[in-house]
Parts: sequence; C-alpha cells; structure tokens
Amino acid sequence: MALPGTQATAPPAIELRGISKAFGPVQANRDISLVVPAGTIHGIVGENGAGKSTLMSILYGFYRPDAGQILVGRRDAGITDSQSAIRAGIGMVFQHFKLVPNFTVVENVILGAEDGALLAPSVSRARKELRRLAAEYQLDVNPDAVVETLSVGHQQRVEILKALYRQADILILDEPTGVLTPAEADHLFRILKGLRDRGKTVILITHKLREIMEITDNTSVMRRGEMVATVPTRETSPEQLAELMVGRKVLLRVDKAQAAPGTPILELSGLRMVDRAGVERLRGIDLTVRAGEILGIAGVSGNGQTQLLDILGGYPEAGAQVTGTARLAGRTLPLSGTDARARRHAGIGNIPEDRQAEGLVMDFSAWENTVLGRHRDAGTALMDNDAIRSRAAAQMERFDVRPRDPELAAKNFSGGNQQKIVVAREIESRPILLLVGQPTRGVDIGAIEFIHRRLIELRDAGAAILLVSVELDEIMALSDRIAVMFDGCIMGERLPDATSAAELGLLMAGASPSGIPPEQGQPDPDEREPAKGVI
Amino acid sequence: MTRLPRWADLVLVPLISLALAFAISALVILSIGQNPIEALKVMVTGALGSSYGWGYTLYYATNFIFTGLAVAVAAHAGLFNIGAEGQASLGGLGVALVALSLPWPHWGIALPAAMIGAALFGALWAFIPAILQAKRGSHIVITTIMFNFLAAALLNWLLVNVLRPVGSMDPASAAFPATTQLPHLTDMAAAVGIEWGRNTPANISFLIALAACGLVWLLIWRTPLGYEIRAFGRSERAALYAGIRPTRIIVIAMMISGGLAGLMAINNVMGEAGRLLLNSAEGAGFIGIAVALMGRNHPVGIVLAALLFGFLYQGGAELALWTAIPRELIVVIQALVILLTGALDNMVRMPLARLFGAR
Repeated sequence: MALPGTQATAPPAIELRGISKAFGPVQANRDISLVVPAGTIHGIVGENGAGKSTLMSILYGFYRPDAGQILVGRRDAGITDSQSAIRAGIGMVFQHFKLVPNFTVVENVILGAEDGALLAPSVSRARKELRRLAAEYQLDVNPDAVVETLSVGHQQRVEILKALYRQADILILDEPTGVLTPAEADHLFRILKGLRDRGKTVILITHKLREIMEITDNTSVMRRGEMVATVPTRETSPEQLAELMVGRKVLLRVDKAQAAPGTPILELSGLRMVDRAGVERLRGIDLTVRAGEILGIAGVSGNGQTQLLDILGGYPEAGAQVTGTARLAGRTLPLSGTDARARRHAGIGNIPEDRQAEGLVMDFSAWENTVLGRHRDAGTALMDNDAIRSRAAAQMERFDVRPRDPELAAKNFSGGNQQKIVVAREIESRPILLLVGQPTRGVDIGAIEFIHRRLIELRDAGAAILLVSVELDEIMALSDRIAVMFDGCIMGERLPDATSAAELGLLMAGASPSGIPPEQGQPDPDEREPAKGVI
Repeated sequence: MTRLPRWADLVLVPLISLALAFAISALVILSIGQNPIEALKVMVTGALGSSYGWGYTLYYATNFIFTGLAVAVAAHAGLFNIGAEGQASLGGLGVALVALSLPWPHWGIALPAAMIGAALFGALWAFIPAILQAKRGSHIVITTIMFNFLAAALLNWLLVNVLRPVGSMDPASAAFPATTQLPHLTDMAAAVGIEWGRNTPANISFLIALAACGLVWLLIWRTPLGYEIRAFGRSERAALYAGIRPTRIIVIAMMISGGLAGLMAINNVMGEAGRLLLNSAEGAGFIGIAVALMGRNHPVGIVLAALLFGFLYQGGAELALWTAIPRELIVVIQALVILLTGALDNMVRMPLARLFGAR
C-alpha cells in the first residue's frame, strides 16, 4: 500500500489510520488506511456501496469512526464535526450543491463565515477575496450574480470558492462531473490542476475511470468497505481498476452484433411542447426509431430529454401543451388526453430516468413493484397476490436481483438492484418500443454490464429502443444511431462509428456544425450558458 | 438508520406511549389531591367490569371504528381527512331523512336504506373538498376543517327551521318510527338466552363496523383500486408513471372515507338516539384521527384503538360520576393519550430504535 519513492518524499496532506465504521450489521468501512501526499490529485473509485461516501463523510466530520485516526499534516486532526474539519483545512464539494439559490455568489460564499453583526464589511472583504481567488485559479464567477441564474458548471465553481474562502488546503469533490458537459468538465479539470500546482491537495471521488486516468496522480480503489489498492495512476489501466473495483474481470465494452433495423416503430414529426410557464421545452422534434435498433439521445440533462420521455410515456407535466404527430407501428398515437396505462397497452415499455421517484414505489415490497403500472392487467376484482409473488420471485431470479427477497421493500435494495427490478418489469412485458432514461445512473459496474446486455438482447429480439443518457460512453457503446439534443432541438444524427466524443460534445453544447445556428428560443434556466468555454 | 422489528413497532410503541400517558395522568390526579389508583379502578370497573360497562364501551368503540377507518382510508391515499366530524354529522342527516321519509315496515329493510343514506351524505360532504384538492390544489386539511363548521351550521339551521316538529322546543328532528329501531346487542344476546348489557346502547352497528373493517382490509390490500390508493399515497410521481390518475384517486378515496364516517350515524343516530340531535357526532370524528394514528391505519389496529378510546370515554364518564375528579380532567387524560400515542409517537420510537440498534 506504500507509494513509490517519488511521492513518499512529499509530506502527506492527510493520513488515515485504521478507520472503521459500522452501521448496525453493515461494515461500511473496515480498517482503512490511506496516505494522500500534499500537492497531488488523488482519485478514489469503487462501486456504489463500496464505502467511498462513508469514508468522505468521516473525513468531513459527518460521522465519527468507530476506530481509527485521521491525521492532517502529521497531527491528529481531532475531527468531530464539519466545523472542526473546516478548521483542519478540509473543504468539500458535494454532488448535490449546498447553495441558497436566491442568494448571490458572495452571499453564498460568506454564509456561515460572516464576521461581525453587520453584513456589509464581510461582503466587501469577501468580494475582494473572491476576485483574488478567481484570478489565481481560473474560477471566474461574477460575485454579484444570483446563484439560480448560473449554469451548473458555474454553481460548482461557487462551491469550490466557498471551500477556498474558508482556507481549505484539501479539497474533496464527490462525483463532480455528473452534471457537466464535456467542455465544462475539461474546464473543471484545468481548475483542479491549477489548484494542485499551487500546493493544494485534491481528493476526487468518481466512478468514471476515464477521469481518473486523465487527471489523478494516485488512485485508491475501494471494494466492500475495504481499501483494496492504492496505485500511481500512470502505472495502471482502466481495465485493471475495473477489475479491482468489482473483484473479477469486467467487459468495459458491450459486445453486440450489427443491428438489423426493420420497419419504423416510432415516428415523431414536429413534436413541440410548451410548459405551463410558457417556455417551449421541445421545439420541433423529428425522430424515427426502427424495430431492432437502439436510437441513443445524447445531451446534457435539462435540454428536453425528460419532457420527450414523459410525453411518450403518457404523463406530460401538468399544464403542458403538446403538438405534433406521433405514430407507433404505423398507427397514430394521440399526444394529449391519454395516460401511461394507455401507452402500456399500446406496447410501450418505460424505464424512467428516476427509478426512486417514478419507477418504483419505494415503500412497496419488491413483488408489489413488479406489477406497478400493470396492476390492472389481470382484470380480476381482487389481485392474485400469491401469483404475483411467485412471478416476482422467478423474475428476480432471472435478473439476478439481490437479495432475492420479494417481500423486501424497494427502498432497502441497492441502486443497481432497484434498477434491475424496473428493467425486469419493463423488458418482460415484451414492449414493441422501450423508452429508457438514464438506465445506469448510480448503478454499479457489474449491474451496468448486466443491464446493457439485456437491452441488447431486447433489441436483437426485434424491439425498438429509445435510449436517453447523459453518459456519453453509454450512448456510444449501446446506440446504433445517435441523435444529439440541445435546447429542445435535435442538433443532428450521427453513427457511433463515424463520430467522436469531441464532435458529439460540440453538438451537445449547441454548436451547429453546419454553420446554421439553432433556432433561438428561451433557454432552460438551468442551462443558460451550457455553450460557454466551447466556442 | 436502524429500524424497529415489526412487533416492536406494532405492539411495544403504542403500549409504552399508553403507559406514559397513564403515568402523567396519575401525576395530574395526584396533584389535585386524588388517588390515581382509585381512579383507575373506577374507570376499569366502570367500563369493563360489567356487561353494562361493556355495553357502553362497545357503543363508543363502534363510532370510533367507523371514523378511524374513514381517516385511515384517506391516509393511505396520502390525504389527511380532518372532516370526519362533519361527514358523520351529514351521515346523521342522511339517516334521519331516510328514517322519516317512509313508513318502514321493519328495521331489516330500513337499515340498508339508512346505510345508503348515511354513506351517500357523508361521501358527498367529502366530495367537495376532494374535488377542490384535485382540481384546484386547495389543501384538503384546510377545506375539511372548514366543512366541519359548515356541517355544524347547516345542521343547526335544518334542525331549528326545517326538521323540528311543530310545537317542539327542542332543536331535534321528530323521533324515528319505532319500526326503525335497531336491535341492541342486549336483545341479540337475550335471543340466545344470555342476559347481557341491559339498558346499554350497543347495537347491531357494532357488527356492521367489524364487517366494514374486513371490507376496508380487502379494499386496501387486495383490490387494484387499493393498490392505486396506496401507490398514490406513497409516491405521486410513481403513480403518474403507472397510469394512475390523481384526480380519480383523490376523489374516490375521499368519498370512501366520507362514506365510512357517514356510516357512523347508523350507530349514534339510528341505533341510540332514534332521532337526529344537534351535534350528534360529539367529537367522534376527531377521535377517529387518533384511532387511525394509533392503529397504524390498519383495521385490526383500528378496532383495538377504538376499544381503548371507548374504554376512556365510558371510564371517564364513570369517573365523573363516582369521584370528585372533575369532568375536565377526564378530557385531559384523553388528550394525553392522543398526544402521546399520536403526536409524540417519535418520542417513544426513537429511543426504542436506538435501543434495538445498540443490541
């Protein structure tokens, strides 16, 4: 576990010795030791539930370890809560930002760090400090902008500024690129490298091996609560890391045969949607998905993908006006005055983007969830619960849902197994068209491989699949054709073999390769500046 | 983080809450110079020590079973129906109109008709808040509270100006025909040769309440509609995804809830009073909230909780009759039970969960 000589000469910024933490019978962290040299970027990878988040929460003082010691700069840091973690020089950027949306940047930065009863002196001091930090680390954000008007990438910079303002020397980032465009992610990486070059230490938690390879100096791998390896990044490979994470060999590419597209199953033309606030979310979508092919829709989240899936699934948001025409297997599909039940009867399966809010009733048992949306299909006055239970048990067997307990509430399964319950239900209903939204978000590598294989099998059985994902790798691996969505429009279609991540990234940011700018409408408030840094 | 075992959740938590409520009540009784042990004795003998006491306890429990079921059905749909009181009052109006409208030859015919009237009026009174919630987003808690006041005002006006027989000084309807009198449990026991609960109001409605428990269980856990109600109550977005229409579920669940609350009137109006009185529900609608909370919205729990509150009602009345403990204090004891079993549930649950987690 010791690092090679080159790094060992640098004094450690942080050192963990024998950290253990249990929640009831679950050992979330077991005897973890880790040395992070100062002035390095240190990656921590592991599947969901491997204990990364618990470890970081201990480091930031949210949990107290059952055993073990945390040393910052060779001294026991005495971290008991987040205040003492901040005093020890640790800053944290959470996956879900902890910002007050209607405060300005400077107000958010000083929140909790105000000095004195009057606000004005703090604000002016903070504004000066922010300008200095911005110049030093390429963290340009207007200090007086209201946070909710900023793009996601800029909001993340505010979080980093918050940590730096509190004089953090060690910055922990939890899955920082999940919500960013490739270009924004590149900018973030430049910032992180800048921080490292000025002596700061960065700990990066991610499940994207590409990012680990790109910017980290050392990488630690966690599996089932244990630290299984710490290696210099340049001496390892994504394949090796994946194997360490899962504990067995993993196929990072999806093996699939050439698609044999048949007749058009879904034909959309001129699909428009105006939401209740009058904002045009979809601005004329034309798409065709054929039997036996996977059409992938790439794009940064919030560009209309959710609205497209919801409309096709039969539950557009309240007050939305939908126009255009849709045909399913040649028959006109009504776009209004319908519901999700009618869509299922028409043969549309739906793996929703948010399994916890939509795909499952979290308090229901697994077997109850296996008939969600199809609970009236038996047509009897009373539901045959025994039959549903035994069918659920068989289905869980086929899709390797663990633990194999139909009585367990959905909320007590891990993310990957929850998703398998949803995928099993929708695939086994034998849809002619399957809508798939973010199929592997928050799902561990082993389950990703499994879900991808099942989707390919369904395609090969002749179903049409419309896949929406913000993971470009996933789109590239699964799709037979790729359409890129930006601001409610399809920016173009590409074949996966004839395009590159860079080209798709450009389309995702709204740059039109043909030179014709996209129709200008009111942009999504969440994504006001997605193109910044690209053009 | 830690979860309680099911038996602890269902049995231990309510029992500890109850013990706490009684302990605090004992302190209050001590502080006014009375003997709490004596008081408890009077309550237990008065409510459970004789078939007479049981006759009253079961009568009150019948009311609470109906209103408890009403609150529970709405709660499964994620709706907090505070309007059971008003819906039960309107149910009384339904019963009175049915009973007074025709010369019923026999109670066996009058009862089903009265049940339809009671449930229909209760359901319609719940329909308006339901449709306002579903279509306009008016919060059901606010509207059902307001509809309690509207119900009281409406019945006040009807009883004074419309239903009061000419020449009567009493704001009440005419007495129902004797043929609509429901058989009391006393009569039914006597029919099989047992002398039980003479001069008590417990009547056949108690059995109907138990049957209603069975039907509600069947509805909630065995029918597709119950599945939809529960799914909607736990996750509105998952329900939408599943093709469950919110408007439909809100309206249906609230009308079933209001219907159950209205059905209570066959007990108090038809079974006991034999005419429609002012304020006939006497707060049973509000007790129903505590009963549903304590019974975990499950019919079996609701029956047990309703029996407890029936005991508190009858025992409390005995206490006022035989001891120097003032009537108001009985309300305090009942309030403590509601507070500790309902509102302060987590006060007991969380230390208990820690205890179980530490093992």
